[in-house]
Amino acid sequence: MDFDPAFLSRIQFAFLISFHIIFPSFTIGLGAWLATIEGARLATGNPLYRRVFDFWLKVFAVSFGMGVVTGIVMAFQFGTNWGVMAQKTGAIQGPLLGYEAFTAFMLEATFFGVMLLGRERVSPRFYFFACTMVSLGTMFSSFWILANNSWMQVPVGYTIVDGRIIPADWREIVLGPVMMVRWPHMLLAAFLTTGMCVMATGAWYVLRGIHRAEARVMLHWGLALVAILIPMQLYFGHLTGEYVLKHQPAKFAAIEARWKTEQPAAEVLFAIPDEANERNLFAISVPKLGSMIASGNWTAKEVGLEEFPKEDRPPVLIPFFAFRIMAGLGLLMLAVSWFGNFLRWRGRLETTRWFLWAMFLAFPSGFIAILAGWFTAEVGRQPWIVYGLLRTKDAVTPSLTTGDVMFSLVCYVTVYAVVYSFGLYYIYKLLHEGPTEEAKAIPGATASRPLAFADSAETATGSQLQDGA
Amino acid sequence: MEPSNLALFWAGVIAVAILLYTILDGFDLGVGILFGTTNDEAHRAKMMGTIAPYWDGNETWLVVIGAGLFAAFPDVYAVFLGAFYLPVLLLLLGLIFRGVAFEFRFRSERMRPFWDWGFFLGSMLVTFVQGAAVGAMIHGVPVTNGQYAGSPFGWLHPFPIFTGIGLVLGYALLGAGWIVLKSDGALRDWAYHRIHWLARAVLVVLVLAFALTFDYSVLARTDWESRRWGLVFPAIGALALVGMAIGVHRRRDPLPFWMTVVFFASAYLSLGVMFWPYMIPYSVTVAQAAAPDASLQFLFYGGVVILPVIAAYTIGVYSVFRGKVGKGYG
Repeated sequence: MDFDPAFLSRIQFAFLISFHIIFPSFTIGLGAWLATIEGARLATGNPLYRRVFDFWLKVFAVSFGMGVVTGIVMAFQFGTNWGVMAQKTGAIQGPLLGYEAFTAFMLEATFFGVMLLGRERVSPRFYFFACTMVSLGTMFSSFWILANNSWMQVPVGYTIVDGRIIPADWREIVLGPVMMVRWPHMLLAAFLTTGMCVMATGAWYVLRGIHRAEARVMLHWGLALVAILIPMQLYFGHLTGEYVLKHQPAKFAAIEARWKTEQPAAEVLFAIPDEANERNLFAISVPKLGSMIASGNWTAKEVGLEEFPKEDRPPVLIPFFAFRIMAGLGLLMLAVSWFGNFLRWRGRLETTRWFLWAMFLAFPSGFIAILAGWFTAEVGRQPWIVYGLLRTKDAVTPSLTTGDVMFSLVCYVTVYAVVYSFGLYYIYKLLHEGPTEEAKAIPGATASRPLAFADSAETATGSQLQDGA
Repeated sequence: MEPSNLALFWAGVIAVAILLYTILDGFDLGVGILFGTTNDEAHRAKMMGTIAPYWDGNETWLVVIGAGLFAAFPDVYAVFLGAFYLPVLLLLLGLIFRGVAFEFRFRSERMRPFWDWGFFLGSMLVTFVQGAAVGAMIHGVPVTNGQYAGSPFGWLHPFPIFTGIGLVLGYALLGAGWIVLKSDGALRDWAYHRIHWLARAVLVVLVLAFALTFDYSVLARTDWESRRWGLVFPAIGALALVGMAIGVHRRRDPLPFWMTVVFFASAYLSLGVMFWPYMIPYSVTVAQAAAPDASLQFLFYGGVVILPVIAAYTIGVYSVFRGKVGKGYG
C-alpha cells in the first residue's frame, strides 16, 4: 500500500463522504417523519403532535445545514482528485450529479422555506403539502446520488467514443434494475436510522422523567416504524446481494471471504481474513449454508477469489467485516423493535428500565449500518472506480502530488474536527433540552440559513440588535 | 470546430452564473473583509445584519457553477480543479469556516473572537484565491490530453498575487457600497470613508499589476482585430469609477454599490472578450470542452424548469428584505 496520490485521494474521499452521508441520511428520514407527524396532527388536531413536530423541525434544520456545508466540498472532489474520471465519464456522471444539485436547490428555494418560516403565513393544508414536498425532495436528491453510484457499480446505457464514456440510453442509466434495488435500500436505511433516533430520544426522556407526553409519541411511533420497516429492509438487502452476485462476483466472494471455489459452499460466519496467504484465520463456518444464501439451494457451486486475476480482486478485510457489521445491526434493530413492541403490547414498555437503556444506546445503529453498507459497496467495487471500465488508479488527476493530497487531507480532517464538533454539540443540545418551546420565526433567516435554527430565536442571528421583526 | 447551440446555451448559463456569483457573494465576502477592520461590536453586528438573509443563497451559485461545469463541460471542470487544487482547497475551507462562524458567533461570548477571526480570515482567503485564479487564467493554463499539465504551484506568480490582492480590495469596495446601501448613521459614514480609499487602492493595485508583472505576450493569443468593439467594456468600467466618485461626493447611497457592480461587470466582460472562444485560456475551447449533445439535452429539461425557479427565489428573497436594515424587515 503506497502513499501515492491515488491511495491518499481514496482516503480523503472516504473521509469526506463518510462525514457527509450521515446528515443527508438523517434528513431524508426526518423529512418523512416530519411529514408523517404533521399529517397526524392535521388528521387529529392533537396539539401534542405540533410540539413534537416543532422540536424535530429544529433538529432537521441544523442537520440539513450541516449536510449542505459538507456537500459543497463533495461537489468539487470529482474534479480536484479524480480528474481523469471526471473527463472520461463526465458526460454521464455530470448530468446525474447536476440534477442532484438542481433538485437540492429547488427544494431549498421553495417548500423548505415554507416549512421553516411559513407556518403562520399559509393554510394548515398547504403547510402539510410543503412538508410532503420537502420529504419528496430529499428522496429525489438521494435518487440522483444513487443513480450515479449505481451506474459506477454496474455501468449500463453507455457507448465509448474516442476513449470517452458517453450516454447512449438515459432511461437505462437512470432507471436501471440495479438502481431500482439500491435506491429503496438506501431510503429504507435512512428511514430506519431516523426511526431508531426518534425512538432512542423518546426512551431518553422517559428515563430522565421529562417530556412524558412527547416522549411517548416518539417512543411508540419510532418503535412501530422500525418494526414495520426492518423486514422490508432485510428483503431489499437480500435483493442487493443478488445483484452483487450477478454483476460483481469478485465483490461477493470478498464479502464472503471465500478464497477457493466450493461446491457446496460453506458460509463463513466469522474469521480474520489473511489476504497475504489467501486464507481465513479463526474461521467459524457452517457447511452448505453459503450455497443456500447465494443460490437458494444446498448444493450450488460458488466461485471463490482464486477465479479472478489478482489485479481484479477487491480487498477482503473491509468488505467482509463491514458487511457483517451492517447485517448484524439490521438484526439488532429487528430484535429491539420487535421485543419493544412485545413489551408495549404487554403494557410494560415504559417501566422496563433496562430495555429503555438498550433502546437509548441503540440510537447510532442506523448511522453505523449505513456507513458499513457503503464501505462494503465501495471498497468491494475496487480496483475499479467505474466497474469494469476504469480502474481507480487510472482515474486520479495526473498533476496531483503526494504532498498535495497529504496537505488537503490534513486540512479537511482538522477543519471537520472543529466544525463537526460544534454541529454535533448543537444537535446534542437541542436533543438534550427536548421539546420546550414552539419554533419561532427568526428575523433575517431564510431557508438557506438552516443553521440559524440551532438555538433559540433571540440568539440565532444577532437580530436582537436590530429593531425589525 | 463550432460549438453546438446547446453548448452555447450552457456556456451562457454558466457565464451568467459566474457573473452573478461574483457580484452577490462578492458583496458579502467584502463585508466579511471590512468586518475585520473594525473592533466596534455595534458596527460588526449591524454589518452581519446587512448580509444575514443573503450570504448562503449567494454561495449556492458556486454550487450551480460547479455542478453545471461538471455536467456540461466536464473537461473544464477537470482541468480547472486539477490546476487549482490547493487554491480550491483553501477556497472550500474558507467558505466552510466563514459560513459556520457566521452562525456560531452569536452563540458564545467566550468563543466569539475565534469565530470573528474565522469570519474575517475566511472571507479574505476565499477572495484572494478567486482573484489569484483569475490572474493565473489570464496568463494561461497548460493542458495535455485534456488534463492540467503544470505543477501544483503553477498558478503562483507575481501577477496572480497582485490580482488576488486586487480582488480583496475590490470585494471590500463592493461590500462598502452594500453597507452604504443597507445602513444609515455612523456605520454608513464609516463605509463612505472606506470607499474613498478602497477605490483608489483598487486602481493603484491594477496599475501596478499591469505595469510590473503582466506578461504582455499573452495578448497575442487573442485576435483583437475582429473584436475592437470589446474596448467599450474597459471604457464603461472607467466611467463607472467616475460615477462612484460622484456618488461618494454627493452622498447618493445607491450609487457606490451599483457603480461598483457596473465596474465588475465590465471587467468580467472585458475578460470574456479576451478569452473567447476559450473556456480554459488558451488551451480548451467551448466546443472542445462541451459534453455530447445527448448529455446537454438531458440536462436542458431540468435547466429550463429550475433556473427560472432559482431566479425567482433570489429576486423574492432580495425584495422581502429590501431597504435599509432595521426598516425593511417584515
